Amino acid sequence: MPSVSWNFISKLPTEGMTKGGILPAITGTVLLTFITTIFAVPFGIACAIYLNEYARPSVLTNIIRASIRNLSGIPSIIYGLFGLALFVQALRLGTSVLSAGLTLGLLSLPYIITTTEEALKRIPTVMREATLALGATQFETIRDVVLPKALPGILTGVILTLSRAAGETAPILFTGVAFYINGLATSFNQEFMALPYHLYMLSTQHQSIGQVRPLAYGTAVVLIILVFIMNCIAFYIRFKQRTQD
Amino acid sequence: MADIKLSAHNLNLYFGTKHILKNIDIDFSKNKVTSLIGPSGCGKSTLLRCFNRMHDLTPDAKIEGILKLDDLDIYKKKYSVTELRKRIGMVFQKPNPLPKSIYENMSYALKLHDFPKNELPHLIESALKESYLWEEVKEELKKPAVKLSGGQQQRLCIARTVVLRPEVILMDEPCSALDPISTRKIEDLILSLKRNYTIVIVTHNMQQAQRISDDVAFMYLGELIEFDTYENIFKNAKKELTKNYVSGHFG
Repeated sequence: MPSVSWNFISKLPTEGMTKGGILPAITGTVLLTFITTIFAVPFGIACAIYLNEYARPSVLTNIIRASIRNLSGIPSIIYGLFGLALFVQALRLGTSVLSAGLTLGLLSLPYIITTTEEALKRIPTVMREATLALGATQFETIRDVVLPKALPGILTGVILTLSRAAGETAPILFTGVAFYINGLATSFNQEFMALPYHLYMLSTQHQSIGQVRPLAYGTAVVLIILVFIMNCIAFYIRFKQRTQD
Repeated sequence: MADIKLSAHNLNLYFGTKHILKNIDIDFSKNKVTSLIGPSGCGKSTLLRCFNRMHDLTPDAKIEGILKLDDLDIYKKKYSVTELRKRIGMVFQKPNPLPKSIYENMSYALKLHDFPKNELPHLIESALKESYLWEEVKEELKKPAVKLSGGQQQRLCIARTVVLRPEVILMDEPCSALDPISTRKIEDLILSLKRNYTIVIVTHNMQQAQRISDDVAFMYLGELIEFDTYENIFKNAKKELTKNYVSGHFG
């Protein structure tokens, strides 16, 4: 704990990682989560709306649903390899924060789709019929009634998913994370540092492990606090929704 | 018979393979209150929902027959369902105000149908007055609608329908979730609304059917058994089944 100080979270690492802070790892993780959000959240919510509101029950939609459930059970290292093949190689994005963010996005999609669909399912039919009977189209009903009512549920799912994604190491391992970057990440096609990977390197791969152990624990604390804050936000949203009902 | 506003001919409805409505022929007269009565599951609500095409989103519903609003074929492909629902409003069993303020509940549909903005307050006020709700809510139009009592919510739902000036109002057991006093208010409201609108109401309550209806249709197991004025149905029904039902022997 004493290793966590303002300097620790606001300074660049120095002297081969044995001194200094973890600022680039923190900004790297934030940037990474940001890209994941931009990719996975709109796409995931759109998928869930289609599945729950528009698609008629059929063999096809059942297959799609089963596939989504299966995808959420695939080990994250597989996503890493897939991201390496698709984003880094095939789409030529290189090992970069963009590739890694998209890979994490793929990992998050099934969770976001599933939790959003659950939230949409909880909206009672009479609510939809209210606006439909007034002459609203299905789209207007979803926009004006269904989504606002389901929003707290959707947000909770999204935040929990993202906080999980922020702590993942395996998917970013091949797709863009680096042990040491000289300075802060400034563009999407650069390699970057991230908290979980930093922690892994400091605790197992560093040449003077004994010396960097306090830094490793400090990194772990920062990562846990970040994830904890996100979970608290999710908890708060759900709590507010419950008191409203 | 007086002017016919709404009608169904040879109406058959299936949910999947289940035959729910069987060869229904019915005409609803203009500016009258018609009650649909019958035991649970006989297809009253299903019939009601055919008229504003609420079955459109039910995946395996299949509808055959001709339904008409005046001379308009309700299920004609080219006619927009949103325009139809503006002309045929609906009030549901449970009050279902939108999760918005009272004012927004009223203005929502008006905005959807592009009424000019500066007319909204006036239209909303007169619809609320017509629904006997204005005096109770005029001070607090910004309050969330769900904070109102059940009876007030239901009158708001009726006002929300009335504000569009529909031609027909369909009501699906509008009082079943309300206490006797609120029910009374809604019944008074229905009687005053029939001057301007054609009303079709589904009800389980025989007294209510007698108090408010001009015509009564009795349905049983998906068929229309008898359709007549309320005096005839309640006092000298032609069919044994109807007699038994309205006197409370079954159902």
